[in-house]
This record gives sequence, structure tokens and C-alpha cells, in this order.
Amino acid sequence: MKPHTLSILVENKAGVLSRVTGLFSRRGFNIESLAVGPCEEPGMSRITIVVIGDDAKVEQVMKQLNKLIDIIKVSDLTENERVERELALIKVTAEQGTSRAEIMQIATIFRASIVDVSPKSLVLQVIGETDKIDALEKLLRQYGVKEFVRTGTIGILRGSKIVSGGK
Amino acid sequence: MKTGAKILVESLLREGTEIIFGYPGGVVLPIYDELYDSPLRHLLVRHEQAAAHAADGYARASGRVGVCLATSGPGACNLVTGIATSYMDSTPVVAITGQVPTNLLGNDAFQESDITGITLPITKHNYLVKSAGDVSRVVQEAFYIAGTGRPGPVLIDIPKDVSTGLAAEVKLPDKVTLRGYNPTYKGHKRQIEKALELLGHAERPLIYAGGGIISSNASPELMEFATLASIPVTTTLMGIGCIPCHHPLNLGMLGMHGTEYANFAVTECDLMIAIGARFDDRVTGRIETFAPHAKIIHIDIDPAEIGKNRRVDVPIVGDVKGVLKDLLALMKKQGAHEVWLKKIKHWKQHHPLKCPTTDGLHPQFVIRTLSELVKDKAVIVSEVGQNQMWTAQHFCFHNPRTWITSGGLGTMGFGFPAAIGAHFARPDVPTFVIAGDGSIQMNIQEMGTVAANKIPVKIAILNNMYLGMVRQWQELFFDHRYSFTELPPVDFVKIGQAYGIEGMQVNRPEDVLPAFQASLDCDGPFVMDFRIEREENVFPMVPAGAAINEMIGGHPR
Repeated sequence: MKPHTLSILVENKAGVLSRVTGLFSRRGFNIESLAVGPCEEPGMSRITIVVIGDDAKVEQVMKQLNKLIDIIKVSDLTENERVERELALIKVTAEQGTSRAEIMQIATIFRASIVDVSPKSLVLQVIGETDKIDALEKLLRQYGVKEFVRTGTIGILRGSKIVSGGK
Repeated sequence: MKTGAKILVESLLREGTEIIFGYPGGVVLPIYDELYDSPLRHLLVRHEQAAAHAADGYARASGRVGVCLATSGPGACNLVTGIATSYMDSTPVVAITGQVPTNLLGNDAFQESDITGITLPITKHNYLVKSAGDVSRVVQEAFYIAGTGRPGPVLIDIPKDVSTGLAAEVKLPDKVTLRGYNPTYKGHKRQIEKALELLGHAERPLIYAGGGIISSNASPELMEFATLASIPVTTTLMGIGCIPCHHPLNLGMLGMHGTEYANFAVTECDLMIAIGARFDDRVTGRIETFAPHAKIIHIDIDPAEIGKNRRVDVPIVGDVKGVLKDLLALMKKQGAHEVWLKKIKHWKQHHPLKCPTTDGLHPQFVIRTLSELVKDKAVIVSEVGQNQMWTAQHFCFHNPRTWITSGGLGTMGFGFPAAIGAHFARPDVPTFVIAGDGSIQMNIQEMGTVAANKIPVKIAILNNMYLGMVRQWQELFFDHRYSFTELPPVDFVKIGQAYGIEGMQVNRPEDVLPAFQASLDCDGPFVMDFRIEREENVFPMVPAGAAINEMIGGHPR
């Protein structure tokens, strides 16, 4: 059981997301993260899904995904050299004083930026792989994380290879 | 400019539709108005579920796309079991449903149900049509998707304002192209060569033939391949008919209620060639002990089936008919596998299917009597349960598409309406439905359809006043505790009479043949109520979770 990051190129038609996610829920997969948006081709979208499952089960879902008419290409990025990123917004309790300074120091270490300031809170924006975001959130917990919002992982292959198709 | 409803009916005719099975309702009124004076034939059923099964039966018997039509909400929901049945058995059906007008979608309008959402996991694809101008393209795509690749049901949901809306004629392409749908038809040459290499070394090869042979119309190629290479063939429930029952290489059905010799052959073979089959749990029993000594060649048009349940040595993705042709073209002279065939012959002699000879009316005898009477001149449709297994075991099928049954979903209530559909595909031969007293009552209202339209479906009910298969399991595995499986006696002949259908109750073996004769002599539908031995079991049987050579009710080994 390990996380798989699947990149799925789909036609941007009504219901396509239900078709995709339905195939996971049917097999008892819990989707760890999901990100959807338009892509380089007009009329197409790219869905990035992270699921945890054994290789054979994930392979079966990928084959089933490939059978969906609105799906153009499915690929498991986990098998390749890739770049994965996630963006998170974290609202932390930060009263005037030492804690505020500490939080700002931690933000610098994580190359997070402060995107909102109020007398009682700060909002940090951080970009990175899932582990990095988890680590930052853990460190900030002692100050009081009021809200934690993340985009879900997106990924892209390194080098000139692309996920497109064909099919 | 034409209305969406008119475009729909014209598009169906353009696709070669002969008949649609349907039931009218509020939002499909514009479509029904078009059907009123259209050359497209419509059969009014008595329940939408029957429309879906009839379209399926038509598709299975003809190989063409079957079409059903229902209104929104309850009408559409009533199709669901039929659509799921088609999906599990990969049959080409286009289901058309009405929908509330687009401005009311999602408003909980009267008779609204999200049927595209509901059927998402049980259709090959589905459409919610948003404009009359899309209707012709969607119908063309739906027929293409339903009937090509691994066939399956496609649903088209048409809101009322799309039916009434106007659109100009759309120029359709001669051939549909869909970027996300390109089935692989041609088997990979290297894989085919590898398969032949394995075959060259095999001493005990076995073909495991599934419904894919039937849907690909590949029986002639299968027979040629099996005969030339001297390979015995066992068929799944769905594959029955792809090789004649009396063919010396035919081992009959394998699996839970398969023949002993088929299951022995599976257990002892050293090469299994799975063709258009999917290693279903009712076939394999405990998967770890299924064909334990065999290398596996798996030929299937659906790549998702390969390696799904069983590790495969040589996968070949492609249309089985084409792949078999390629195998035949490249095949060199094969060994005769004499020792293996002799062993199988011995098993066949010493472990035949049993037909009880004690007093009373035995269902096996009823089926065999019908088989000998009609020979290869009939389409046989079954319901689900003991009736289905007795027919699969004891009827001698000669040709593909003459045996129609709900395999994957195991839908009680499928048989009778499917037989109605099958009749319209094969009006040249009589159609029989073999039912139990439980399953016939799941769509018994279709007696109204056959009576009103004089559809000559012959209804043979194996009446044991039990839900027999469930009772059998309760007898064997639940200590005879017959929990809610006993049915009070029903006089089916009288029910038939109420609809104006002739019939006969049969209590004695000597009356079986005359009853079948009478059914054939009658030009309309006919009911036969066979009062069979109440606690007859289907044997042999592989208990759930056992290896398939661990059968009960067989011969001592």
C-alpha cells in the first residue's frame, strides 16, 4: 500500500468528475487528494488524484478509467521522475508578541509567505510536496491552527515527456 | 427545422432499429406522438423493467442493438435492473428515457430522477441531451458505443423541451470517431506467436470459452481452432452454444454447476486458453486452486479483464474472432493430445450429468424432452435459479445465440420479457422461456403483452412451490432451515386464462411431451405449469469457496 499520484486527462463534459470518482468509491478507495482544472488543450481538463492502494488494485482502477469514454489518458506519475506540488493556506493564531515573531521565522524557513495579517492571526501560504506542508502544519499547531486549507497535489513529469493522448 | 422527438425517431430508423420496447408517460409524450404514425415498430410492455429485458433479449438473439424507451422518474428507474443486467453480460442496448424540462432539472420536479447519475456505474456510457440539435449525433454515438468493442448499454436521457425543441438537420459523419474510445481489435502479433509457442509445448490444453465468443460471432473460428489443434472446450454459462453440445471436444459448462469432467479438466490442464471469459467467481470457485497447473493465455477485447482475477502468462487484447483467425493463420501442425483426450473421454463416460429415474416429475427430464423435441429449432431463454442451471446442463444447444440467460447479474424476472425480445429477433423459430414459479412471478404481468400481441412465447414453468435455488442452499448449508423460500401454490394455467392465454398443467412424465407438442401447435403464447419434484437439487455443485474439483452430488471418483 503506497500513495499513487494519477494524472488523468479528460474531456471537460458534465459529469466527468463523478464518472472518475465513482470508479474509486466503488472499489472502496479513499481519495487522499483531488485537483481539477483546465489544461493546455481547450475543452479538456486534467484531474490529479492521489490514492493509497496496492499496485494491482490501482492498476485495475486505471484500466477501468481508461474505459470511460470521456477519459483521454490516465497515467500513474508515481512510476516516473516527477515534480509534485501542493499549495496550502494556514490561518494561525498570532497575538502581538513573541509568538508572532516565531511564526514569521518558521515561515521564512519553509519559504512560506504571509498573505494576510490581522491583530489576532496570520495567514501563511506555503507551496511544496505533501510532506513539507504536513511538517509546517505540525510546527504551527502549538500556536493554534484556526483553519487549514490545501489544494490537493498536482504533478508533472520531469523532462520532455508529457501526459497527453492519443489513447 | 424538426423537433427533437422527430429527429430521435428518424435517427433510430437510420441506425436500422426494427422495434423498440417501451412504456409511455408524461415527458415522453412528444416522442410517443412521433411514434404514432412512424414506420418504427413499438411494443407496449406492462412494466418498464420488461422493456429493458426485452431489448436485451432482442440484442442477444440478433447481435444487433436493442432499444427500450421509458418516461422520466419511475419509468427510468424501472429500467435500472435491466440496464444493469445488460452491463454485466455485455449486451448492446440503447435505453432512452424522458426527462423533465431543462429549466426544472435539479428542482425535484414531478417524476424527476437523476437517471444519468443513477446509471453511471451500470452503463458503458450515458448522455443527458441538452439541445434538439444534439439528438442525432448522440443517437449515432450511442449505437456505436453500445455495439462496438466490448458491447454494453448506453442510456440517453432527453428532457421534454429537447423533444419539443426545433433544430436544423445536422450532417452526421459516416463513421463515428471518439477520441477517448478506441477499442483494440487486432491482437498483438508477438503475443499471438507466444501463445502458439505455449500451445506447441502443451500436453493437456483446454479452451475456456465465454460469452465473448458469442458476442464476437466467433463460433466458426473457435470450432476450427479447437478441432485443428485437438483442444477440448469447456464453456461458461454465457458461452453455451458456441460449440454444439454433442461435439466430441465439448465438455459442457464449467464452474459451480459445471460438469464433473469439465471441472476435472480445468484442474488437470497444463494450458488454459481463456477466450472472451472473465474468471468469474461462479466459474473459478476458490481462485487459488483454479487451473493450478496451467499456464494461462487470455484473449479478450477488454484490457481491464486481463489479470483482473488471475495472473496471466500470455495476454492478448483484441476481438476474439480476429485473434482466432490470426492464431489459425500462424498455427503449425499440432499434436493430437491423445493421452489427454482419452482421459477426458474416460471422465465423460464415468461422470455424466445425472438424470434421476425415480418416480415423479423431474425437471431434468422436462428439459431433455424439450431438447429432443425442438432440437436446434428454437431459442431457449431461462429465468434465474435452478431452472437456469437445469436448462444449461440438460438442454442440448447446437448454435450460438439460441441460449439466452442472465449470467453476471443473475436477474430473476429477466427470462420472460427477454424471450419476448428474442422472438422479434428470431420469429422463424419458436421461443421458449424456462422459468421457476418464483422468477415467472417477477414479471408475470407480461402475459398481458404476449396475449395482446399474440406473441408466441412458450412459457414452461418448473413449479416446485419454492425459491428452489435458495432452498437448495438452505438444505445443504443452513441445516434445512427453509427461511422464507416456500411459495404457496399458484395455478399458472388459470393466470394465463385470465389473460386469454392457453395452457396446460403437467403432473406426470408421460404428459410432458404432449404438453410441449400442444405448445408448438398453438400459434400464440402457451403456458405449461410443470409440477416438479419439490426438493430436487441441482448437481453437481461446487460449494461456495471450495475448489472446483471438490463437487458434491457427483459420481464417486
